[in-house]
Amino acid sequence: MAEIRLRNVNKRFGGVQVINDVSLDIADGEFCVFVGPSGCGKSTLLRMVAGLEEITTGELDIGGKRVTRLPPSARGVAMVFQSYALYPHMTVYDNMAFGLQLARTGKPDIDARVRRAADILALGPLLQRLPKELSGGQRQRVAIGRAIVRSPGVFLFDEPLSNLDAALRVQTRIEIAKLHASLRASMIYVTHDQVEAMTLADRIVLLNAGEAMRRDGSIAQVGRPLDLYHRPANLFVAGFIGSPGMNVLPATLAGATPERAELVLRDGTRASARVDATTLPADATVTLGIRPEHVGLAPADGTSALAGRASHVEQLGEASYLYLETPARDGFLTVRQGGDTGVAPGDAVAVTLPEAHCHVFGPDGRAVPRHLTAGPTGRPGSAGVH
Amino acid sequence: MAAVPVACTQDRAPAPPTLAESRVRAAWLFLAPLVVLMVLVAGWPLCRTLWFSLTDADLKDLGAARFVGLDNYTGEFGVLRDPDWWRAVGNTLLFAGVSVAIETLLGLVVALVLDADFPGRSVVRAAVLVPWAIPTVVSAKMWAWMLNDQFGVINHVLMTTHLISQPLAWVADPSLALGSVIAVDVWKATPFMALLILAALQMLPTDCYEAARVDGIHPVTVFVRVTLPLIRPALMVAVIFRALDALRVFDLVYVLTSNSRDTMSMSIYARQQLVDFQQVGLGSAAATVLFGTVALCTALAITLGRVRLEGAAG
Amino acid sequence: MRRVLPRLGLYGLASLIVLYSVFPFYYAIVSSLKTGQQLFDPGLIPPQIQFDNYAAVLGQGVFLLDLFNSVVVAVVVVAVSLGVGVTAAYALGRVRFRGRKLLLLSVLGVSMFPQVAVLSGLFELIRALGLYNSLPGLMLAYLIFTLPFTVWVLTTFMRELPKELEEAAIMDGATPWVIVRRVFLPLLWPALVTTGLLAFIGAWNEFLYALTFTLSPEQRTVPVAIALLSGASQHELPWGPIMAASVVVTVPVVALVLVFQRRIVSGLTAGAVKG
Ligand SMILES: Nc1ncnc2c1ncn2[C@@H]1O[C@H](COP(=O)(O)OP(=O)(O)O)[C@@H](O)[C@H]1O
Ligand SMILES: [Mg+2]
Repeated sequence: MAEIRLRNVNKRFGGVQVINDVSLDIADGEFCVFVGPSGCGKSTLLRMVAGLEEITTGELDIGGKRVTRLPPSARGVAMVFQSYALYPHMTVYDNMAFGLQLARTGKPDIDARVRRAADILALGPLLQRLPKELSGGQRQRVAIGRAIVRSPGVFLFDEPLSNLDAALRVQTRIEIAKLHASLRASMIYVTHDQVEAMTLADRIVLLNAGEAMRRDGSIAQVGRPLDLYHRPANLFVAGFIGSPGMNVLPATLAGATPERAELVLRDGTRASARVDATTLPADATVTLGIRPEHVGLAPADGTSALAGRASHVEQLGEASYLYLETPARDGFLTVRQGGDTGVAPGDAVAVTLPEAHCHVFGPDGRAVPRHLTAGPTGRPGSAGVH
Repeated sequence: MAAVPVACTQDRAPAPPTLAESRVRAAWLFLAPLVVLMVLVAGWPLCRTLWFSLTDADLKDLGAARFVGLDNYTGEFGVLRDPDWWRAVGNTLLFAGVSVAIETLLGLVVALVLDADFPGRSVVRAAVLVPWAIPTVVSAKMWAWMLNDQFGVINHVLMTTHLISQPLAWVADPSLALGSVIAVDVWKATPFMALLILAALQMLPTDCYEAARVDGIHPVTVFVRVTLPLIRPALMVAVIFRALDALRVFDLVYVLTSNSRDTMSMSIYARQQLVDFQQVGLGSAAATVLFGTVALCTALAITLGRVRLEGAAG
Repeated sequence: MRRVLPRLGLYGLASLIVLYSVFPFYYAIVSSLKTGQQLFDPGLIPPQIQFDNYAAVLGQGVFLLDLFNSVVVAVVVVAVSLGVGVTAAYALGRVRFRGRKLLLLSVLGVSMFPQVAVLSGLFELIRALGLYNSLPGLMLAYLIFTLPFTVWVLTTFMRELPKELEEAAIMDGATPWVIVRRVFLPLLWPALVTTGLLAFIGAWNEFLYALTFTLSPEQRTVPVAIALLSGASQHELPWGPIMAASVVVTVPVVALVLVFQRRIVSGLTAGAVKG
């Protein structure tokens, strides 16, 4: 059993706050992804769990044991580094066996574990090679193998795919997911890539950077991938999750019932959203958010349609992206449509903003609670922030 | 005192050291042999030298040394009142200044040649390493032989080309001796200078050169305006290293011109007092003054030369 | 013509540099192969090659003994310096602790020490330990310059090893000692060779201490032996044997330096430019 429990964890380098008040529970066997913009402290948080970085204040338990002050080797964790960090002068076999030798594991046991890991990762024929004789993907697998042989309760990955090319990245991503399914160990995985986060995670921890980190704490939102997608807690989360990012339009609150909020956009267009904005004052300045894939193309005579002009169009085959200039916002409004829309740059386009898909963010950037009828979202409030 | 309630006072064994703590502990353990040896061979002897410089110690019986205050420095027979000492100081400064200046210029030329791309460059680089590799005593002897007044090849060449009309006593003639010492030092130390400058040159980004070349700027201008400012920090470090080395010169002068006053350096003066005249007090005082001079220069070097002490790792 | 002239100038300069660098050594070799009256004729090619001078130098058993002394002293000093230096360099290069900067400064300071500054104190120490006029006395004295140099250069090399490699070893449960011995040492071999070579050359060339702390010809190192080589009469130096001895002492060092050219250069500059 290796559940991980962080309590009010802070990290300062010198006087500089890098991690602010993280409390988090990661269940045994869970795949948890730390994601966030570069420099927000993902690696630092992971390294504190690993024991490579001291925890300035706060407590950390792994498997029910207080490990805040224990060295890494006493924590039952294994780590896969971004640069792989294989020992260049040791063969693949020795790279994997090194930690076991240091732990005074018996020779037959070491051999059995190394061979089992090699089987899992298809490294069998490479055992006598040196790291420099391996490809990037193979090195990556050895690094994972080095973690596997020790049968740790917790695997820690720090951007393990960022040194691989795109094709290999997808393939390795799938292998890591399979590995998690078969090993059933807890895993914490750091990435700045939200696609990796969405595809791998049981649960995502999205971290704040800079001012928001100092104000609201390091954790922006914790939840299952689709929770973050459908119920972003604030504008930062809404913008970070999803690609291309959510469209945001400045608006004024015109009326609110528990069922629905009426909004007026900057250009006077009226819109509504299925949210409960009754706590906000009337005429509050809010932000309407809608993902590109939810913006609809309006029939020419459409009511409540937002008028715009296509600035440019990207054809991806299975989908196309329209970038609209509209008086309702600065910059472009992005629209994703399946297949080919036939819209050409310069065409006038009217779009609809379906109320079921509109998000509303209050003046402070926090999301107003949405009503989601059905769909693949999780139980609301299952997010494990404490 | 006992009024403060303590939350959790079960008598526990002291907490095991954290990673950082155990690393710091290991670091001091790792440093212990170094520290012990440095104290033994450098710290302690240095302190003893300072002490001896305040006594009338004699080499034959160091134990009988009596405290004499600053007599060895400023007393009637003190170092600072000895014209020979000041002569040694003058020689040393002249030697250091002139030889380092020439070495820097020549080193720059050699480095620029080695930085150019031409077939046979590796041969030149190998050749340049030869003077550096030759022990100082050996190079002094080699040059002493070449500079020999009667049979030396240098006089021979100069005579046959009629540059001089009669053989010169390069190392014996008081007006030539220091020049000869400088010449040999230049020959021996220029490679070191050249290699350091070359390393700096090869670290320069090539794009500003290409930009300059495209702009059609004269190479000399490029050198003065672009290259020189860029390699200045490295050049400073090299000059400082060499200057500190030159200030303590001993072997070269000792072998080439023995204890001659015309070339005597501060190190030679100190050793002569110490060993030849057995006056440990005086010799130590001279050595201390030299140490002070070099220490001052080192301190300047470390601040001016921007010697990096804090690495990224660690 | 415009483009040929600079090229010619470059080659001219390069030839001049080679000539200037190599000629004295060449001339020493030539002189060492001449005997008797030939020596006083400054020809650049020996009329016939004779090894009399070498026989004379090496024939006196004491020069061979001095050569052996030099090797023993240098090897021991290098071994001790590397042994002490590797762990110290790890501590100084990779562990953050209070006092590190001060230690680094002291190490740098000692390496710039004028050797004569500790002469009387060292003399006393060596005599007190009963090591006067013996090789161990010299070994002890030589540590004063080989040790700081070794530590300084190895520290710069140590810093260049990737941080994640060390952290991987820490995750594997390696103690600092295991990290040094089983992870870093195998990667530092080139640096150790370089540093050791440079320290070896320093010890091989040392003169002041060897001159001061030894007395009998049997305990000398070769630089002292060469400096003090004298002939039958007071005034005539035996130039032939001196040149032969010089060549004998120099050839191994020059050969080593040429073989390890690149390493040497990287070691020299690691200590200075990057240091
Ligand atoms: N050893 C350190 N000393 C000082 N600051 C550090 C150190 N390590 C990281 N930081 C700072 O902490 C912040 C977070 O770093 P990191 O955890 O590496 O971010 P991420 O992995 O999310 O990109 C950065 O601003 C970085 O500059
Ligand atoms: Mg990172």
